[in-house]
Amino acid sequence: MAGPEIPFTRYIDAEGRAVAALPNSAGTQVLTRLYREMVMARRFDAKMISLQRTGRIPTYPPTLGQEAFHIGLAHAMAEDDALFPTYRDMPSQLARGITLAEALLILGGDERGNDFAGPRADFPQAIPIATQVTHAVGAAYAMKLRGERRAALAIIGDGGTSKGDFYEAMNFAGVWRAPVVFAINNNGWAISMPRDRQSAAGTLAQKSIAAGIPGEQADGNDAVAVYDVIGRALARARDGGGPSVVECLTHRLTDHSTADDASRYRDPGPLSEQWKEEPVQRLRTYLSDEGLWSKEDEEQLIAEIDSRLEETVDGHAASTPPPPEAMFDHLYAEVPADLAGQRRQVMARFAGETGEGDGHG
Amino acid sequence: MAEVTLVGAVTLALGRALADDPDVVLLGEDIGVNGGVFRATEGLRDAFGADRVIDTPLAEAAIAGVAVGMAAEGLRPVAEFQFMGFIYPALDQVVSHVSRLRNRTRGRLSCPLVIRAPYGGGIHGPEHHSESMEALFAHIPGIRVVIPSSPARAYGLLLAAIGSPDPVAFFEPKRLYRTVKQEVADDGEELPLDLCFVLREGRDVTLVSWGASIKETLEAAEALDEQGLSAEVIDVATLTPLDMDSILASVEKTGRCVIVHEAPYTGGFGAEIAARLAERGLLSLLSPVERVTGYDVIPPGPRTEHRYAVTADRITAAARRAIAFPDEPAGQAAE
Ligand SMILES: Cc1ncc(C[n+]2csc(CCOP(=O)(O)OP(=O)(O)O)c2C)c(N)n1
Ligand SMILES: [Mg+2]
Repeated sequence: MAGPEIPFTRYIDAEGRAVAALPNSAGTQVLTRLYREMVMARRFDAKMISLQRTGRIPTYPPTLGQEAFHIGLAHAMAEDDALFPTYRDMPSQLARGITLAEALLILGGDERGNDFAGPRADFPQAIPIATQVTHAVGAAYAMKLRGERRAALAIIGDGGTSKGDFYEAMNFAGVWRAPVVFAINNNGWAISMPRDRQSAAGTLAQKSIAAGIPGEQADGNDAVAVYDVIGRALARARDGGGPSVVECLTHRLTDHSTADDASRYRDPGPLSEQWKEEPVQRLRTYLSDEGLWSKEDEEQLIAEIDSRLEETVDGHAASTPPPPEAMFDHLYAEVPADLAGQRRQVMARFAGETGEGDGHG
Repeated sequence: MAEVTLVGAVTLALGRALADDPDVVLLGEDIGVNGGVFRATEGLRDAFGADRVIDTPLAEAAIAGVAVGMAAEGLRPVAEFQFMGFIYPALDQVVSHVSRLRNRTRGRLSCPLVIRAPYGGGIHGPEHHSESMEALFAHIPGIRVVIPSSPARAYGLLLAAIGSPDPVAFFEPKRLYRTVKQEVADDGEELPLDLCFVLREGRDVTLVSWGASIKETLEAAEALDEQGLSAEVIDVATLTPLDMDSILASVEKTGRCVIVHEAPYTGGFGAEIAARLAERGLLSLLSPVERVTGYDVIPPGPRTEHRYAVTADRITAAARRAIAFPDEPAGQAAE
């Protein structure tokens, strides 16, 4: 297609074969760690869908097929970098160190989950599309102003790149040479809108050109490519080299959310082709072929993950909701006198409330 | 005549408008092929074509902005915003142009467009999916703010909104989208945009509400009736410009008023009604005006969102306080 040259990176192809020498940064330990967490992401996702289907958590946005993106970028980050995620990026947050229990609180609609023990500088998920990208630029400015060797990483969907926020954020970042990376999860869809109806641009990465910052593409089904390209962009940012855009090409292998029914708008034909490119099997094949992963490793990993997930779900079921007054107590640094009456009313209304769902007064 | 839900009535009205007026176009995210995330535009793209039922790229500011241009050029755009919580990027256009183009050009150009958005809580939605920010819009001179509370009113008011020469913000109570069905004749009949609806006549107290909380308000009226108290229920429906006369006439009869809304208390539209009662109805009032509203907080997440809800019990209690006044202290909305 006509258009500007945009570099594209892939190390491991759909068959699990290395098509280029893997980067030095992707040693054995990194590769197995990426793989283990991608399996966790996939099983966590399946678990959340079953919890949603049985009414135990509200609407849930699946991550199926985007594990290499989520885990690759999380591991490319340094601990003290800051992540600006969307509603679809829980696997990145988990890989960054939030706990499964915290994740379940967040997905269960309990604000306490966002007060995660670490990483403390990471933002909570942004639900209004694209609003998080300017936050990342501001945080990056602060890092630069203080002379810290840190960077901010904002995740945004293909649909999100249509909003002014995205162009404005890139533009600011370019002017300020802010240490920020915009990681696009181009999963091909924004609910029912396919990528080609979202923008007439040949690539989303090329949107960076007008902002005067570098843009490139990575195979988002190849964890090594994501890890490497985003890792290099972050390193450049920390070293004073300014911002960049990395468009990762993934596939959304299922519905937009548990409230969505993609069969209404999506031709199932290409889906079977897209499944052949999915990231987990690809990395497993590579690792097995290299003798770095065995059937026993796999069985052990799955048993370990499943028992952790069971434990988390049980723990969540046994947890009590926040106290009634919590809705007043975190709005301001201190509860204003003007809210005291309303707060008292709510405490009185729900004084006896011990579990979920009861107490409709 | 077909039995339809509230969202079904919205679809019916949109289809009627598209059929009757070739200048009507719909635009928004996921409204075409997918029929809208709430299915409000189901089947309309097939019936009227992708050029008139337009799936836009994702950008609310642009949706509102292009609608201004379309409207000024003679089209009748009806723009859907997926949730009220995602409408804010469009506010710049609404405040700066939608509401002002007529005034700025002394009527040479105008903005006969409709902004549709589902609003309100109680659907177990994530953050930003539960807001009731109608007061924000009611504060903008130059637009009309309309909120239906039944399938029939959704149909008639939406047709009136689309037919109106003025810009209309039309907020749909998504909690009521599928809870009741009602016979609605697809006859193209509009309902007035300048009148409140008296849903139930009563003597002892006037309950004033709109949108989703009409459900709890009617339940409260029923409960009061069982206790031998007679409540009049008014559905404001068009918040701005406000039909204050209907409310004043009712309060003149009952002497008491309880205003109910799901939106936060401070600066909610109930405050406007209460202020006007103080200005124009003081001598009719036998007790202080009561307000039963959401609290001045961010609606809690799904796990505890029920604590935010306006309930029939709260409304009944407020009405009883008003009726018992001065034997019991009233006007305790926020103590
Ligand atoms: C400002 C705004 N408008 C609309 C929505 C509703 N919505 C939620 S997800 C979504 C599609 C987003 O697509 P994309 O950016 O590609 O991200 P993906 O969901 O594919 O990860 C929309 C329109 C929203 N959350 N925020
Ligand atoms: Mg997408």
